[in-house]
Amino acid sequence: MSSGKRLSVRNLSIEFGGVHAVEDVSFDVEPGEVFAIIGPNGAGKSTIFNLISRLYEPTTGSIHYGDQDLLKLPAHRIVDAGIGRTFQNIELFEQATVLQNLLVGRHSHMRANPISNFLFTRSVRNSELEHRRKVEDIIDLMEIEQYRDERIADLPYGARKNVELARALCAEPSLLLLDEPASGLNNEETDDVSFWLEDIKHDLGVTLVMVEHDMNLVGQVADRVMAINDGKLIAIGTPEEIRENRQVQEAYLGVAA
Amino acid sequence: MQFLFKTHYNDDIRFLAKTGEKVRVAIVIALLLLAPFVLQDYYLAELGLLLVYVIAGVGLMILTGHTGQVSFGHAGFLGIGAYCHSVLMTQGVPFTLSVIASVTLAGLVGMAVGRSASKMHGFYLAIATLAFGILIETVFGEWASVTGGHAGLAVPGLEVFGVALNETWQQYLVDLALALLVVWGAANLFRSPTGRSFVAVRDSELSARSLGVNVEWVKIQAFGVSAAITGLAGALLAHHLTYIAPDVFGVLESLKLLLMIVVGGLGSILGAIFGAIFVSLLPIALSFLKDVLPPAIGQQAGIEPGLFGLIIVLVLVFEPLGINGRWQKLRYYFETFPYYRKSSFVRQKAYLKTERMR
Repeated sequence: MSSGKRLSVRNLSIEFGGVHAVEDVSFDVEPGEVFAIIGPNGAGKSTIFNLISRLYEPTTGSIHYGDQDLLKLPAHRIVDAGIGRTFQNIELFEQATVLQNLLVGRHSHMRANPISNFLFTRSVRNSELEHRRKVEDIIDLMEIEQYRDERIADLPYGARKNVELARALCAEPSLLLLDEPASGLNNEETDDVSFWLEDIKHDLGVTLVMVEHDMNLVGQVADRVMAINDGKLIAIGTPEEIRENRQVQEAYLGVAA
Repeated sequence: MQFLFKTHYNDDIRFLAKTGEKVRVAIVIALLLLAPFVLQDYYLAELGLLLVYVIAGVGLMILTGHTGQVSFGHAGFLGIGAYCHSVLMTQGVPFTLSVIASVTLAGLVGMAVGRSASKMHGFYLAIATLAFGILIETVFGEWASVTGGHAGLAVPGLEVFGVALNETWQQYLVDLALALLVVWGAANLFRSPTGRSFVAVRDSELSARSLGVNVEWVKIQAFGVSAAITGLAGALLAHHLTYIAPDVFGVLESLKLLLMIVVGGLGSILGAIFGAIFVSLLPIALSFLKDVLPPAIGQQAGIEPGLFGLIIVLVLVFEPLGINGRWQKLRYYFETFPYYRKSSFVRQKAYLKTERMR
């Protein structure tokens, strides 16, 4: 089912002008697992994502996916390594249609030659058709058929969230970084998200790493949870273990008097 | 109202899906082909010039409208095309080869500019491209041994495949053929990966990067494609001007190109065409106006740039989407008649629709 690659992060640290946003964090994500990262606001969760997707340069530490050293790759080659992602504040191409957004999701599998594209040669058309078929599979999976030709700017929030997830899937990643997949969604939509995450995990065999605040969702889908606070790792364990963990409770609620 | 029943993915790749669109485009092309039989030479030449500005507008639109990289120095590329073409033609290089060389040179210079511009954003990019424009104008002025310096350079007559095309209608047809090629090619670009990566960079560099788009390379490509197309416009423009001098390709010309695409409507090829029509018709309308207005106003210096500026302000305030935005609304009005509401183009419209209506 899964591609069998393990994400291993070792002693990862990053400083922003003296602020230790992430400090000496190490963890492994096993293939096929759902791994959640939790922590209070400003704990460094999204920073870890941005480090893995190479938008930030770490001060020290290493990130490997399988036997590939991610720190040797530029940001736009991370998806070739099999790692896709979504963003906390939806980063879709606002003025383009859903279909165009999803086709950009296929970009890492397409060849973009300006001259043959300018002439729209037969091979360009065939490649368009072939990738369109792949995109339709994802549209089908995510049940966003009715939005296909809509511009993103015209879509409601929940639909945008789904489209962003779909776009990440179009790249056929083996590991997906989800930055708060349920933020801003109502209970019903959050339930849908948990079903989709299960589908993505089982049908597509994608390993999932997610940052999430909704502990119900985390409890439902996550195999293991990592809690961080102030950029430091507090605990890694099953959702139950994390819920019971004294340090985690203190990080969220403060030290009991 | 027309409903489209799509039966193949090609239906989404096709340019003109609706019957009305096909008819309109066919009419426009037919009129353009018939123009030489109907119009006087003066107006035909103006129409040819308009088509040249369509090419230049599409060139800049790809960069600024679709890739989101503003350029205040695009007349530089126009100038490179014009000068390279004129110099080569003077040396006896055939038209076709000379145009290809000019387009290639402009494209390469564009890529070089794009290389330096790929790390810049907004304000800094505007200043850098402005500096490029001024630099190029200066080079044309100072490199007198090749460009003829400030005195200018006479452009050889148009001659394609050894056939002299000195008649206005012949030149017009060359303009028309290349304008159609460029519009078609640019439209092609935006139904294939290259164009989509341009738009992706405009809308979100962050997610473009995480989807495998090499943002720096896309910007270099966009500058290259845009400059090459603008260079083509420059080569054709040279034949219209018959005599080129550095100040033709100065900052004012760059601004004119930029104003053209803003008034036409950013982010669409149609907008570039509307913009070219606008800037080409304005001087003609103005020359009529001058006869009507009292001399104190009509003969006033700077009335043209002044009016340009006023129109830009009005467009930005009342219709940020430009003439194309107006056109789309008009179309929508008729296609959905009588259901059009004033709020139809307001952003939240999707929230108001029920699921059933989709």
